[in-house]
Parts: sequence; C-alpha cells; structure tokens
Amino acid sequence: MHKTLNAATNAATQSPVVSLKNVHKSFGTLKVLDGVSFEVDRGEVLVLIGRSGSGKSTALRCIDRFERIDSGEIVVCDHRVSDPKLDLRALRQDVGIVFQSYNLFPHLTIEENITLAPCSVKGVSKAEAKEEARRVLAQVGLEDKLHQYPEQLSGGQQQRAAIARSLAMQPKVMLFDEVTSALDPELTGEVLKVIEALAADGMTMVMVTHEMGFARGIANRVVFMHRGKVHETGPAAILTSPATPELAQFVGTGL
Amino acid sequence: MNLNLDFASIIERWPTFFDGALLTLQLAFIATMLGTAIGVLGAIGRRSHHPIVSRICGIYVEAIRNTPLLVQIFLVYFGLASLGLKFSAFVVAAAALTINVGAYTTEIIRAGFDSIPRGQIEAAEGLALSRAQIYWHVVMWPAIEKVYPSLTSQFVLLMLASSVTSQISAEELTAVANYVQSDTYRAFETYILVALVYIVLSLIMRAGFWLLGLVIFPRRRRLGTPL
Repeated sequence: MHKTLNAATNAATQSPVVSLKNVHKSFGTLKVLDGVSFEVDRGEVLVLIGRSGSGKSTALRCIDRFERIDSGEIVVCDHRVSDPKLDLRALRQDVGIVFQSYNLFPHLTIEENITLAPCSVKGVSKAEAKEEARRVLAQVGLEDKLHQYPEQLSGGQQQRAAIARSLAMQPKVMLFDEVTSALDPELTGEVLKVIEALAADGMTMVMVTHEMGFARGIANRVVFMHRGKVHETGPAAILTSPATPELAQFVGTGL
Repeated sequence: MNLNLDFASIIERWPTFFDGALLTLQLAFIATMLGTAIGVLGAIGRRSHHPIVSRICGIYVEAIRNTPLLVQIFLVYFGLASLGLKFSAFVVAAAALTINVGAYTTEIIRAGFDSIPRGQIEAAEGLALSRAQIYWHVVMWPAIEKVYPSLTSQFVLLMLASSVTSQISAEELTAVANYVQSDTYRAFETYILVALVYIVLSLIMRAGFWLLGLVIFPRRRRLGTPL
C-alpha cells in the first residue's frame, strides 16, 4: 500500500501529477491568479507561500476545482480540470484535500467520518472500510479515537482525523490548505509530524502554509506567490537565500 | 353563582372519547410522516438553483402560511368534491393537515439546511460524494437534528389544530366532544375532559419524539450536547 518513491528518479520518467499552465482567475474585477504555472511531480512536496491575498489558496483550490478558472490549463492525475466535461467525482477520488477548519462531520464518529466516502463512493464493504479506518487512524496516531465524536477531540486531533479521512480514499495527491492556521504551536507540531511522515512515505503533496520552518524542512519545491503571479520558485533553499526583494521581505517578516 | 359540574354522564362515554382521541393521533401521525417528507423535498426545492422549482416551493409555503387552516380544509374538501372525487372525511382531513404542516416543515427544515456550514459541504465534495449523498449524509441529518425541537413543536401544534377538522365531520376528538355535549347537555364538563385528553395526547407525542430523537441522533444520546 505504501509507495516509497524517490521523487528525483521518478520525476524525469513520468508526467507531472499536477500541472498548471498560465492559469487566470478573477473574482469579479479582482484578479486573483494572473498567469500562474507550476508542476508537481510524483512524490514531490510543493509548498505555496505568500501574503494573504496573494492567490496561493485560490491556486490550491483550483487544483481540486473548488474554483473554476477563467483561462489556462490544469491537469491533475490525467484529469483535465479545466475541461468543462470533467468527471468531477473521478478527479476528487484521486485528490485528497484538507482544510484549515478540519470540517469533520460533527454528527458522525471518527470512524463514520472516515468510512463514509469509501463506502458510499467506492462501494467498499463496511468491514473493509472499518479496517482501513483503523489503519489510517494508526497512521496519524489516533487509533484510540475511533468511536469518539469530533467535538471530543482537540483541534490538532481533529485535523489529524481529517487527514486520515482523506487518506482512506487512497488519493494520488494530497492538498493542504493552511491546515495548521487554527492551531496553537503545540498542536501545530503534532499535525506537521503527520504530514512529514506522509512525505517520507512518498505522498505527492501541495500545501499552502505559513510555517516557514516547516516549509524549509519538507518542501522539494517552493512557489512564492505575489499579486497573483508566481514571483519566485525553486528548492527550499530559496527561503534562506531569496533572489527577489519581495520574497526576502516576506520570509524576513514571516520568521 | 351556582356551578354544578357532573362528570359522571361524560365519563361513562369514555369509549367514544377514546376512539376520537385515537383518530386525532392517527391524523397527527399521518400528517407528521407525510409532512416531514414534504418538508424535506420542499426545503431542497426552495434551495434549488432552478428558479422555477424554488419559485413553486416558495409559492406553496407562502400560500399555506398566509391562509387559515379551516379555509384550507374547506378548499380540499369542496375542491375534491367538485372534481367528482369522493373521499371520506378522514382522508380529506389527513390530506389538508399534511398540506398545511408540509409548508411549515419546509420552512423549518430549510432553516436547518441553511445552517450547515459551507465547509461541511466542501469537505464532502472533496471526498467525491455525490450531491444526493451529500444531502443525505452531511446536510439532512445534522440539519434535522438542529431543528428537531422546532419541528416537534410544529407537529404537536398540528395535532392540536386537527380539532378544526371537526368542521368537516372527521370523527376526531373535538367532533366526538361536539356530539357528546349535544347529547348530554354537559358542554362545560365535556370540553374540560377534552382539554385534559388533548394535554395527555401532547405529552404522549412529546415523549414519543424524545424517544425517537434518542434513536435517530446517536451523538446526542451519547454526548447530550446540542449540535
């Protein structure tokens, strides 16, 4: 089940898991994405950073088509996301997304939260789904919370449960939209540890984060967004030695 | 002032009252079940992006909420009759009460649907659930749990309002009382008794809804906290 892939060797031979080409997106008169392009290869961790309003969350949400783009092209796991005839549910079976506000279903136990989609979308049997729930919960260190309700968990535990819920669908790529922004430093740490373990397992990931130290440690590639454009991109090293004054200023204030 | 109450002649008619009360409960039960179904569909319809669907549901809700129940009952009663359709008073009463409570239920359930945060729906969409699955698993059950107290009060009100169907001679509790009092000339005693029976019916319904809530909302049963 666990694919431990070496990002560097696979990247050259396979088409990217996520690719954005010249993506434009406006909300009314506000231009949010102004010709954004980037690619994520299999097993790679791409971190999107930038100020609030720079378009990084919108770019992430476009990948799972929570926002429709005005022009350009997005291809995710061979799904042409920008195609109006896109099979949306097929795309979303391949893409897992975790939000800032966890969004666990409050009326369901953690187990029911996790088994809901595999059972109703993939037609997995209840018994199989429960076994998978146990496995993914163990992966995020919450196997004892199976029969608890979300409100009985701390914020960090809820976020880890939300990650487990996404993992149970066995996605090919995971999107993380500021998943630690609602958490205190201690709880942030436990969530980031889970994400690090996923990266070590070879999961392809795109994440929006304000945790610069974490980004430096985990990113294969960093995309710095500024005013709707990819202002600077490169390996994690650009965070310590930025080429543009905007990124220098951003990491300067961000640390 | 000379108050002379005689309950004996009323109480000896208890089988009649019992039948009336049973019919009242049956009317309430049918209208509650069908009204809930209409309410769920109506709420989905009112929130539909299809303008004609949401308009039709809106007109239904407003038409019912702005006319008296008795007039609605007569409209169904004489409407069916003028179409040449012959139904018993019970069927007409059940239909009218269902149409009536369906409109109120639509509004209550719609409020519940609207209270589900957008993030819940996005999370479900992100998990590739279909629209119908999202409505069923993520929107409807928590929505109903949130509005359950308003919903059950509405159904108890409906049971009390069913007394109006005595006007078309449905043999429910109030109609039965009307016969008894005209027979015995003990009007005050009759309606005191009937009022007490309605109180008992209300308590029975509230207890029933409380028990039902324990069954259909396991989270609430275990944690006891509102959603």
